Amino acid sequence: MKNKLSRFAVPYVVWMALFVVIPILMIVVYAFTSADGTPTLDNFARIGEYFPVFVRSFKLALIATLVCLLIGYPLACALAREGARFQRVAMMLIMLPMWMNFLLRTYAWMSILENTGLLNRLFGAIGLFDLINSLFGTDIEYFKMINTQGAVVLGMVYNFLPFMVLPIYSVIVKLDQKLIEAARDLGADGVTVFRRVTLPLSLPGVLSGITMVFVPAVSTFAISQLLGGGQQLLLGNLIEMQFKGAAYNPQLGSAVALVMMVIVVICMTVMNRFGEGEEQAVIL
Amino acid sequence: MRTKPSIWNRLFIGLVFLFLYAPIFVLIVFSFNASNSRSIWAGFSLHWYVELFQDQQILDALYTTLAVSLLAALIATVAGTFSAIGFYNMRRRWRTPLMTINNIPMVNADIVTGVSLCLFFVAAFGLWEQAASWLNDTLGTALPERLYLGFGTMLIAHIMFNIPYVILSVMPKLRQMDKNLVDAAQDLGCTWMQAFWKVVVPEIKPGIVNGLLIAFTMSVDDFVISYFTAGSSTANLAMRIYAMTKKRISPEVNAVSTLLFVAVLTLLIIINVREARQEKAEARRASL
Amino acid sequence: MKKLVSLTAAFALSAGLLAGCSGTASEPGSEDRVVNVCSWGEYIDESLIGEFEEQTGIRVNYQTVPSNEELYSILSMGGANYDVIVPSDYMISQLIEEDMLAELNYDNIPNFSKIDDRFKNLAYDPENKYTVPYAWGTLGIIYNTSKVDGEITSWDAMFDTQYADQVLMINNSRDALGIALLDLGYSVNTDSEEELQAAYQRLADAKEAGVYQAFVMDEVFDKMEAGEAAIATYYAGDYLSMLENNPDLAYVVPEEGSNWFVDAMCVLKDAENKDEAEEWINFMCSTEASLKNMDYIWYASPNTEALEQYPAYYEELYGEPLDQELYEIMAAPQEVLDRCEVYLVRPAETRALYNDLWTQLSI
Repeated sequence: MKNKLSRFAVPYVVWMALFVVIPILMIVVYAFTSADGTPTLDNFARIGEYFPVFVRSFKLALIATLVCLLIGYPLACALAREGARFQRVAMMLIMLPMWMNFLLRTYAWMSILENTGLLNRLFGAIGLFDLINSLFGTDIEYFKMINTQGAVVLGMVYNFLPFMVLPIYSVIVKLDQKLIEAARDLGADGVTVFRRVTLPLSLPGVLSGITMVFVPAVSTFAISQLLGGGQQLLLGNLIEMQFKGAAYNPQLGSAVALVMMVIVVICMTVMNRFGEGEEQAVIL
Repeated sequence: MRTKPSIWNRLFIGLVFLFLYAPIFVLIVFSFNASNSRSIWAGFSLHWYVELFQDQQILDALYTTLAVSLLAALIATVAGTFSAIGFYNMRRRWRTPLMTINNIPMVNADIVTGVSLCLFFVAAFGLWEQAASWLNDTLGTALPERLYLGFGTMLIAHIMFNIPYVILSVMPKLRQMDKNLVDAAQDLGCTWMQAFWKVVVPEIKPGIVNGLLIAFTMSVDDFVISYFTAGSSTANLAMRIYAMTKKRISPEVNAVSTLLFVAVLTLLIIINVREARQEKAEARRASL
Repeated sequence: MKKLVSLTAAFALSAGLLAGCSGTASEPGSEDRVVNVCSWGEYIDESLIGEFEEQTGIRVNYQTVPSNEELYSILSMGGANYDVIVPSDYMISQLIEEDMLAELNYDNIPNFSKIDDRFKNLAYDPENKYTVPYAWGTLGIIYNTSKVDGEITSWDAMFDTQYADQVLMINNSRDALGIALLDLGYSVNTDSEEELQAAYQRLADAKEAGVYQAFVMDEVFDKMEAGEAAIATYYAGDYLSMLENNPDLAYVVPEEGSNWFVDAMCVLKDAENKDEAEEWINFMCSTEASLKNMDYIWYASPNTEALEQYPAYYEELYGEPLDQELYEIMAAPQEVLDRCEVYLVRPAETRALYNDLWTQLSI
């Protein structure tokens, strides 16, 4: 019985070989060849020039992940404390924006953050700039918010926050309340309960949340394009540029993609070790 | 024994929701703006909705998005369910590495998946061209020699990244299933086929439905992978929106968002009301 | 029985593949005639597409890309099925050099005779075998007079820290480095690494100093019209488009000179709908279509009749005479063109240098 049903997977194994494994191998092959097809390491040698892009990408993605965690964890806890109906509606409201395209959500921030955007207009209308100018003798007409790294991080946090909240929430809501009560009965204060009971038990959710935020954040190109004004080049932009953009060089693009992939895999492996092998992703 | 949630609790939740919904609210408000400005209100108008329904490109994109998502979700659900059953019945020695490969599209950054598929398709088209022209010459067949990135490649890509999600949601249901059920059914005279349809499928049905929904959501929301695999002649809504943000932005984009928002909201409300009703009915039944 | 089930599973998987192949292949000789056109954004009066479809029964699949460089990427990657493209002069030479364009059959394009001789046999296509000009114009500075004191006359404004965070730099390597070269007094067609490095440095310094709000292509419309930025470099025709929505904008071809360009329609070598492509080209350079298009996109047409008739056409349409100044911005007079240079295709090493400098600048 066992072995025969396993044949069901055969077509999919072939499919995976064709559409998962070979394409990844193509990236490897491209990364190690030059434009005329001869093997070379030049592409990797050139990656050194793009070191600042790597640093910026990982830095911004890390900040975004951290902010998501700092908002998402308390939010998940806060939600878990509410009644069942409240939770149901709140979950719906968190998932709803995910069904709208993320480009639309990012685009919405453009009109808010622009120099002549809604936020600056609001500040102007309440006389904030007049106040600042009269206090400090400056001559500002707007706050520069769009086309900065801050705007890019904001876009990442905004788009990926649900990915952090959902897995943490789904773990926390299943936590056995009796454990927490027991800890309290045994004399632990709130902080100790959190540190010794809630946090360790919710760690799997946190880890999968971090993965689900960090990976798309480090590789995004649309968010940095729309909110960074083409000045905050991220790894995603660098790769996109080499394939469909202004500097055609798929070999270099493949090398960048490969290096990024390897770094991400290393990070994730280390992190999951740290989480004692709780690698089961909690999705939705 | 739960402590009553404090006012701060609600306040914090409220603030996060404000953050999540303020931009969407802005989008919706300005879809009714009379001028094309994104920050100055010039009066109420339905102008952009009229424009939207006359914009063939956006309507085409909407159609493409729905067609790709539905097809990809359905195919991926069928294929993913069979594959999950296959994997589940496999020896661990084989299953573990195969499941790792299966997880690649989920864990990998979208852009890497997209770029790798793009390279693969283009290379495959090259091989196909040689094969087809050879066949056409020697056998006189009329195979098309040149293939293009388009709807087909986008569909393959979507199926490819959907299947792992289906497997992920079907697998736990298989694990929960009592292994003796199938044997019992067969002992009672079911054929192998009947046992499958009448015992296994109903047991894992919630997982299948869940997988279908996740797959559909993933497809509708996808931009990056489509962007690299759909080529030049087809575009889904996300690609169209991206192209629009690179041009003079028309508030048609806002109108699209509003319609999408309303559609999703209605859908979610219906689902939730139904679930709530079912739960209530079950509770009543239990209390009787 | 078991085999049947695994067969179904296999079928379910391969169905996707099959659907893929049949979906991507276009059937030759079918009734449905199609032409795939790829052009720039905001570069056609879209009602012309409908008119053409009605007249000929050919369905137009109209796509856009933001810049020559991106068009080149898409074409080189492969897997795209454009028939007609509308690249600029220097990119045309490059495509011809790489043998990517098809020779046209001018018998199918009788309207080619209406193209002004000034726009035939240009450097990018000396024997005029591959191209039919679509539009031409100049590159210049667009600025918002309510945000800039006095007149801008020099490319210096694009590098001036006085306008920090108020400048939009053009987002393609050839134009951006071209501007810096012009500002430094070099030719836009230089191959000297030293001069190009100097141009790069000029841009990098200004970027470092925070002069640029963003690097943009067609995003420029929105930003300049809304007053989001004070100064931008873009094309004359697009300036006139923006002027309709923001009367404070002014345009200047700087004193150091500038680039003047011709965008021409070409057919790709591996185009599957060559006849339809030629029909499209012929339609687009007819006088009526040219007039209509000119009125919409504000780029000058190379069609002699259309160029001459445009002021009258405008007056009839809007009931007021066309401002001569605007007409001269659209169709730059000879003395302005004399100050400008055409981009010529550069050898591969220079192009590689352009790419490198450009990515370096983006970092």
